[in-house]
Order: sequence, then C-alpha cells, then structure tokens
Amino acid sequence: MITVENLSLDIHATPILRDVSFVIEQGKVFGLVGESGSGKSMTSLALMKLLPEGSLRSGSAMMDGRDLFALDEAAMCRIRGNEIGMIFQEPMTALNPVQTIGDQVAETLIIHGAATRREAMKLAREKLDRVGLDGARFPLDRYPHELSGGQRQRVCIAMAIALRPRLLIADEPSTALDVTTQAQILTLLKGLVDEEGMSLLLITHDLAVVAGVADHVAVMQEGRIVEQGPTEALFRTRAHEYTQRLFAASSHRPAREPTVQDEVLLQVDSVHRSYALPRRSLFGPSPRLEAVRGVSFTLRRGESLGLVGESGCGKSTLTRAILGLEVLQAGNIRLYGQKEISPRMPNALRAGLQVVFQDPYGSFNPRWKVSHLVSEPFHLMPRTPADARERISEALSEVGLRPSDADKYIHEFSGGQRQRIAIARALINRPDLIVLDEAVSALDVRVRAQILDLLARLQESHQMGYLFISHDLHVVRAITDRVMVMKAGEIVEAGETEAVFADPRHPYTRELLAATPTIPAHWIEGNRNETLV
Amino acid sequence: MKRIPFTLWAGAALSAVFALAALLSFVWTPYPVEGMTIASRLQPPSTAHWFGTDHFGRDILSMIMVGARTSIAVAVIAVGMGMALGVPLGLLAAANRGGLIDEIIMRGNDLIFAFPALVIAILITAVFGPSAVNAIIAIGIFNTPVFARVTRGGALSLWTLDYIRAAEVAGKRKVRISIEHILPNIANLLIVQGTIQFSLGILAEAALSYVGLGAQPPIPSWGRMLAEAQTMISFAPHMAIIPGLAIVLTVLGLNLMGDGLRDVLDPRLRRAR
Repeated sequence: MITVENLSLDIHATPILRDVSFVIEQGKVFGLVGESGSGKSMTSLALMKLLPEGSLRSGSAMMDGRDLFALDEAAMCRIRGNEIGMIFQEPMTALNPVQTIGDQVAETLIIHGAATRREAMKLAREKLDRVGLDGARFPLDRYPHELSGGQRQRVCIAMAIALRPRLLIADEPSTALDVTTQAQILTLLKGLVDEEGMSLLLITHDLAVVAGVADHVAVMQEGRIVEQGPTEALFRTRAHEYTQRLFAASSHRPAREPTVQDEVLLQVDSVHRSYALPRRSLFGPSPRLEAVRGVSFTLRRGESLGLVGESGCGKSTLTRAILGLEVLQAGNIRLYGQKEISPRMPNALRAGLQVVFQDPYGSFNPRWKVSHLVSEPFHLMPRTPADARERISEALSEVGLRPSDADKYIHEFSGGQRQRIAIARALINRPDLIVLDEAVSALDVRVRAQILDLLARLQESHQMGYLFISHDLHVVRAITDRVMVMKAGEIVEAGETEAVFADPRHPYTRELLAATPTIPAHWIEGNRNETLV
Repeated sequence: MKRIPFTLWAGAALSAVFALAALLSFVWTPYPVEGMTIASRLQPPSTAHWFGTDHFGRDILSMIMVGARTSIAVAVIAVGMGMALGVPLGLLAAANRGGLIDEIIMRGNDLIFAFPALVIAILITAVFGPSAVNAIIAIGIFNTPVFARVTRGGALSLWTLDYIRAAEVAGKRKVRISIEHILPNIANLLIVQGTIQFSLGILAEAALSYVGLGAQPPIPSWGRMLAEAQTMISFAPHMAIIPGLAIVLTVLGLNLMGDGLRDVLDPRLRRAR
C-alpha cells in the first residue's frame, strides 16, 4: 500500500535517517521498534511531510503510484487526515482543551469538505461509538478535561479515523497510559485494522507491544533499519546483533543474591492521607479524596520491596509520605523501628533515607555542576564533611562515572548517565533506605538493564533497603524480593514476588498481569545462549 | 552561541544612546541647563542649538540630556523597589502555594492592581508634596504586584519539579530552596520583566511630571518639558516634538530590548523558532 525506498534525512547537516526502506501492506500492522533517537518518529514525520526546518530528504514514498515526497504542500494537506491519519503519544496535550470532543472529531471532516456540519456531527458520533465512547456516557459536548487519559486517546483515534484513512500512524500510542488502558487501546487499534482494512504503522520502543499486535516488524538503530521481517520469524531468529541485544535487555534480570536481614528499616502502620477537593456547594463540606487508606507494611535491611499500581492509585502520595514530605491524617511511618518520619523530622533521621526519581531531565537544577548536585544531601550533615571532594569522586565512580565528571553541567549527560548521577546523589550519605520512584521507567531498554544491574550490585555491597515503585511489572519482577499491589489507596495483594506473579490471588493483580504485554515464551526459546548487554 | 536577534541589539543600542547622554550630562552639557538667555528664546533647531531653545532660552539638547538622567534614575529606583518587594513576596507565595500566606499575598496584589496608579500617585503627592522621591515611591508600589505575580508564576512551575523534591529530601527548608533553586532559574523571567517595567517606569515618570507631580523645577524632566510646550505648540512645535521623541524612542528601545532578551533567554520560545 505504501512503499518507502531509500529514505534518507539530514537536519541541519546532522544525519537522521539513512536508506530506510519498507513496505506497509494493506490491512496489516507494521511495527517500527527502536530506542529513543533511533529515527522512528522522524520516519513517520517524513511520511507526513511534517519535518522541521532545515531538513534535507531524499528517497521516495509511493502510495498508489504517487510519490508523496514529490507532492506540493496543498496536495499533502489533502492527504493528511484524509488518507493518512496520525495518533500521538501524549493524549493530554493532543486535544484542544477549549473545544468539545464532538467538534474536534467533526473538524477533520469539515476541513476536508467531506461533510456539512450537521453530517459531520452525526459521523463524529458514529466514530466515537466505534472507538468505545458510547453516546450515553460520552455525549459530543464533553470537554477533554472531563475524560481520562485512555478516553482521550480514544478521542484522538476517532479523529484520526474520521475520514477512514488508509494508513494510520500511531507514535507510541499507549506509552503514556496504564497497562490495563494500554491493552484496551492496542485491542482497539488491532480491531480497526482487521475490520476497516486500514494499515497501521505502529511506532514503539516496547518489543512486547509489537509482539502482540504487529504482523511485520522493523528494528531501527541510529537512523537505519537493521532488520525486518514477519513478527514471529524475526522474534525467533533475531539475525542482527542489535536485535539480540535489544531482546536480551528487555527481558534482562540482574543477578541478585538477596540477603534480607532481620532488622526492620521501614515500618508503615495503617497510614491514611486524604485531600480536600473543591467544594460542590457554597456551605456544604468539601468532599475529600482518600489517596491512601490504611496502608501497612515493613521493609527490612537488604530487602527489595516492589510497589505496583496504576496512576491515581495513591503510590505517589504514599511515596511522599515515606520521604517525610506529607502530613498524615492517621497512622505513622517509622524508620529504624522507633523514629517517626514526618515533615518536621530531624536531619539526622532524614539522612537515612534517599530517593531516585523517574525523570532524568527534571531531577537536576540545570544551573548547578554535578559536584554540587551530587553533594546536595550533605546539607543533612551537621557540617560539610572534610573529605567532601573524595566522597563525590567515590560516589561517581560507584555508579560507573568518572570523578572528572564532577565539573560538568547536567546537560552534558544522556538520560542513562543522569539516572546514574541521581543514584550517586542518593548514595552519597550512605543511606539505609532508597526509594526508587519509577527510577528506570523513562530509560531505553538497554540502559534500563544497566541501571538495574547497578542497583542490584549497590544493594549487595551496601546492604540497603529498596522500595521500588513502578507500573512496569517486568521490571518489578526482575529486581524485587517481595511485591505489593496497590489499588484505590489500598494494598490489595502482597507477597513474595515470584509467588504473586506465578499465582495472583486478587482479581486486580490478575487483571494487571493479563494486560501486561508479553513476548510469547516459545518465541524466546532456542536462543538462550545470547550474551547479555 | 547563537545569533543575537535584531530586536535585542537595536533596542540595546537605542537605550544605550540615552543612557550615555544621561551619563555625559554629569560632566558636560552643550549649555548650562539653568542658563536662561531670554534673547535667544524659542529658537528652532540650528547649528548652535541642535534641538533649539525653549521659552526661557534654555538649550533643549542640554535639558533632554539632564532629563534623561531624571527619567532613568526615577525608573531604575522604582523598578528596583518593585523587584525588592515583589520578588520575595512572589517566592513566599509560591513556597506556600495554596496556603493562607499565598492567598493573602495574591489578594493583596489584586487590591493594588485594582487602584488606578495615577490617582494613587496624585494622592501620595497631595499628602507628601510633589517631588521625584514621591514619584519613585508611587511607581515602585505599582511595580511590586507585577513582580510578585511573575515570580510566583515562574516559581510555581518549578516547585513541581523533581529536583525541588530532591532538595526537600535533603532537608532543605522552603526559604533556602527558594533562594538556591528557584530564584536562579527564574532570573531570566525577571530580567525580561524588569526591562519592560523600566520602560513603563519612564512613561509613568513622564506622566507624573506632566501633571506637575514629578521632579520639581529647576530639575529638567521630559514630562514637564512637554507640559510647558503645550501652550506654545503652534509657534514652537520643536519644544513638544523633541521631548516627545525622546520618550517614545527610549520606551521603544527598552521594549525592543525586552522582547529580544526574552527571545534569547526563554528556552520555550527558543525552541519554537
């Protein structure tokens, strides 16, 4: 249906794509997999001719005997939305917040002159029904802010398919969503391809997602397609060395020999935390949101405890409470058995506790040098240690960076390196407990595997306790001894990680596990002797 | 680094001309500003008097130079005062976002915004007498809420970031975080806003002097030069045109500079270009 040949792209003389060739067949799903910066998104933008200024492109993209690259802007505008539709990663920003969902779906139809306003609204209704937003609960005059992330992504899909395009480009359509929502969106996309006969170009970093959905897969590295073929065949053979490395990394489990000790580091006792919501009436009481409802658990020295749950389940509030940044309404959190954690706790107690955040870009003050960033927790000491410089060097070496990196600024580092710096900052005071708040979620699979190895090694050498918070069940399974599943402010299931994964008791845990994309086990077999990263 | 935008260097050049003229006036003016030569009054621009003379025979170029001094001094001190009060208030409000202190500070801001600035200036000068100092105080008061709002807005977005959380986990208190992490990262915003407020300050000073509430005679001031010129506009138009142009060009220069600075300093706009 669409044939791309020798697509090469330079932006401001920087090579972005090199000789990219592939064919997307009618009614099939074509998966494009690669790490960040590999050129996946640029490939799709090149197809839509939505490239940034200073782009130099060569090659061809034939669609029904027309070369898309040879068309002028006016002709391209008729094709965009009409014959090629597109869905983006972030449903929170892809919709216009001041327009109703009906207007936004209808707009595509009206712009392309396909319908009058009246007909367009009727079609919009049909399309929204088609993507699973029924008229009773989701009338056309709803606004985006009244919908959840998954529902907004459905609206985006309805917009993209409004004109029955022949090719749908979905750029990480489910990455920003929770696992259960992700599964629903992927099923919806797959259903559209099967029933409406459209083709889908699915761009993702997640091998498990393409394994479940795509008919044909291409693996991209540094602007080139290094390997492509039918999904199952490609997953079974893994001819290219890069594919093998990606594969190994995505299912990587660090070698751990947990030595859980008896000493209780963290004790959380029936913690409650609720927030006041805006008042509904002038004199009525303001309703309260119960973010955390009676959570209790303990974490021992040397133990790695996982906490999984979807967005809005109260993970973040609980994390903030454990870090001593929230006032509790009831219950308490103790460190070392007797000392209570609260926003007013003494620095000496705080020094036992550190944190690594998710976003490697938002975790550092851009105006500080690494030495300054890493040594910020020295503030908890009565005075800056005399050997501060040595300790900074030591912390950096421990996480695999060079002591000379201390004099650089944060923008000089990649995402993975920044996460190492965040770990160095957490380590510098030799804390006993580190809270890892989605600490590897934003990283590419190969970098993620390295960071997981690093975390496992550090735990072994320092005997720290880890509280590992994540929405990614694969990662939690790889690094934790015990796991807790949280839903609507409560822990619904807790136990030994392997036991919970092998035999989930609570229906919600089962639902989570079922929704998590997985590469079929028999595809992986037979290639076990691959070297790890 | 990157190319300096046209607006920045054009604005900076224009502003520099007036700043240099003001500096130069401390050591030299073509004629003494207070020297009245009735014989040569109301002369149009000529080689002897580039900008002509006024109804007392004073050299207008000299008065513009010394007037620049007044305008700049009043605006600089007033903006400095607005910053000195507004920035800490904004930081405090953001650090206590959603709390009572935030509410009090921001509603106090709204209150000041609700008063017509000129009326308050008149009130102040009516009570304490017209002078440059009172003009400074009046303009400074109205600059305070502007800086408080800009500071709070910039700070609020930073307070959600993880590095602030990391600083909290490192046991740092709100005041320290505000000074160490927040202030340096909103400095860009404040510089840009400062430039714009500076130009507004010059306009305000001219307006107050025009109605006789700013700097008092014999200190030259652009606003009062305009006021004095208005009865003579039919036969000595240069008396109004020259100070008018001085005000327009200074304000234009500062606004262009503010725009240019924003283009250079604001990373969001930088990406958009």
